[in-house]
Amino acid sequence: MRKGTITHKTVFTEGPDGRIVQLSIHAPDIARQGRPGQFVVVMANSRGERVPLTIVERQVGTGSFTCVLQEAGYSTRILGHMKPGDRVYAVVGPLGHPTDTSFRGRVACVGGGVGIAELFPVVRGLAESGNQVTAVLGARSAQFLILEDQIRAQARDVVITTDDGSAGIQGTVAVALRDLLRREQFDYAYTVGPLPMMRAVAELTREWEVPTMASFNTLMVDATGMCGSCRMTVGGEVKFACVDGPEFDAHAVDWQELRQRAHVYDSQQTHICKLPFADERTDTSE
Amino acid sequence: MKEPIHPSELDPKERITGFKEVISGYREDQAVEEARRCLQCKNPLCIQGCPVGIDIKKFIAHIQRGKFLRAYEIIKEKNRFPSICGRVCPAEYQCRRACVLSGKHAPYASARAIQIHFLERFAGDYGLRHAGGRASSRLPRDGRRVAIVGSGPAGVCCAGELARAGVTPVLYEALHLPGGVLRYGIPEFRLPRDVLRQEIDTILSAGGEVIPNVLVGRTCALDELREQYDAVFLGVGAGTPSFLGIPGEQLGNVYSANEYLTRVNLMQAHHFPEYHTPIHVPARAVVIGGGNTAMDAARVALRLQAAQGMKPEVTVVYRRTEEEMPCRRLELLHAQEEGVKFKFLTQPVEFQGDAQGRVRGLRAVECRLGEKDASGRRRPVPQPDRPLQIECDGAVIAIGLRPNQVLTRLTPQLKLNSRGEIEVDSQTMATSLAGVFAGGDIAGGEGTVIEAMGMAKKAARGILHFLSGKNSS
Repeated sequence: MRKGTITHKTVFTEGPDGRIVQLSIHAPDIARQGRPGQFVVVMANSRGERVPLTIVERQVGTGSFTCVLQEAGYSTRILGHMKPGDRVYAVVGPLGHPTDTSFRGRVACVGGGVGIAELFPVVRGLAESGNQVTAVLGARSAQFLILEDQIRAQARDVVITTDDGSAGIQGTVAVALRDLLRREQFDYAYTVGPLPMMRAVAELTREWEVPTMASFNTLMVDATGMCGSCRMTVGGEVKFACVDGPEFDAHAVDWQELRQRAHVYDSQQTHICKLPFADERTDTSE
Repeated sequence: MKEPIHPSELDPKERITGFKEVISGYREDQAVEEARRCLQCKNPLCIQGCPVGIDIKKFIAHIQRGKFLRAYEIIKEKNRFPSICGRVCPAEYQCRRACVLSGKHAPYASARAIQIHFLERFAGDYGLRHAGGRASSRLPRDGRRVAIVGSGPAGVCCAGELARAGVTPVLYEALHLPGGVLRYGIPEFRLPRDVLRQEIDTILSAGGEVIPNVLVGRTCALDELREQYDAVFLGVGAGTPSFLGIPGEQLGNVYSANEYLTRVNLMQAHHFPEYHTPIHVPARAVVIGGGNTAMDAARVALRLQAAQGMKPEVTVVYRRTEEEMPCRRLELLHAQEEGVKFKFLTQPVEFQGDAQGRVRGLRAVECRLGEKDASGRRRPVPQPDRPLQIECDGAVIAIGLRPNQVLTRLTPQLKLNSRGEIEVDSQTMATSLAGVFAGGDIAGGEGTVIEAMGMAKKAARGILHFLSGKNSS
């Protein structure tokens, strides 16, 4: 089987704002080398963007890895429409530093939306090192809650929040986390998800003086340290999320700057998403 | 003395409507005529001016007599990529500056110097057209394999030299297409993609392959390559962009030149939305820097504006004056012809943004030239009492590059110098790790394509010597 072939596909959720899709991609080198917290870059076809996606699980035996994506923009929509047997034009990885999953004691892991999938390998890695993990998972509704069972199997406690109350507590992960921080002592926290959510988590854990790492999915092009598209300010220094990250001290990053840089291409994204969606799975230029 | 022969160029107005190559090559009669201007000096200084020592006198002599394929072969003995180097070499600082027809002690060649680069390009293109690179016949392989990390100028050159010696090179490239900076950095209007492809194909057809989408250090460790191959060459380049370190540099639509050029050259953002990578096309662009990369970024920005039907409005901001600009004179001239504006003696102080965090202006100060610095150029001295304000809604920073550190950081056994470059033996290009060699910008710091190739050739010799020692032991 050729590298980049899609071996499995699961549609987790159909929704008005795009589905959540899990893809397994054949890439023995990535399956062998990938560690929790690392990501890959995928190009759906030769005209595609270089899209960073977190490695969620690896199947070393069959030489594939899985990633989970939400069809939020044009490129993720093309990827979401690919079928088993299709092949992505390019996939490179693993990229970025692996998560430090060493023993710390009691750890709060907070994930939101599709970030829950990205949280899973970290929860598992931390649990395997003997940490007592409390996972806080936030989703829009029960329907958007993914990988709950897998995370339950690893974490000591799981707290669910949904915006509409269709599962767990109604509210945001920040509300649930505040309750937890009031009741329990944590040695460490880890968060991955939408920027506003991670920022809210960082503000809470700063207040409670819990060291916190956040994982950043900034805009990237080459994702190998060459372009600086993903640069962000951490502790007053410029860092590249692709090669210096993707995780940084959540209490040291400049959240305002991150928010602004994330929206630079909004108008182009709106434009391309308004065009009739062509089936771009097949690559005419090959 | 005959006047220099100039190849035809696209009209500047037509140029900026697309990415077509600006300079057409010489016709055969033009090449012969330009070659005939060469005095065939007894002591040809031009050869000393060439970092790879091409026998310039000899190849020009063959062009004089219409023996174009022979000229091609003579160049190829020293330089595997005449069609690339003939287009991108800063000849006016190298062979042409050394030409006896050039004025003495000038920082760069005079217009009277033989146009060696155009003749090289002519011979290179002639060779590709008429001999298919003449290396298409597969050479016998001797079973020895060398891993080449990075498929930029150093990597492909080292691969070419090894392939010629019967060793199989296997190139590992992190991006999805080979070529390194020739692919992502140099725009099509200076180096058409089919020329790049043909030159790389010539190398591969002699034996060898490119494996794209592998970031050595992450996808596999250097030690794994050392186990699997007889030797390893590292040509990972100077890929890390430098920033100015001034406030506002992280505002939206402030790009490194690497990012701006990669979005266009590699990802084809100028064909958005047919290609899916976006790019911001500013109504008023500012490019900071005075090298070739700054010229490339400025000229790309002009073309993007023209494609959107905007009035071209690109200003290059440089701390010194035109005289000290390190770019090729030809690129400067082309940029000026195309309508790029220049603001010399200007030092950026701060980028200013709007409420959305997008760049809206550049605050700067005027400089005057002071004493000469280590580079031999007069140092710019900022004058805080002479502030300047430049309106812009997009900025590109092209002030240089640092070593690519992905591999070196993940391979702590590899000895580096204080600048983060790989330490090498200057004769063999051997690194501190047995069987591992390095060349190009990762070993010598940011330099030109031909300088990288010079180092790569030296490394190839070092590798072949190392392999022969390995066999006999």
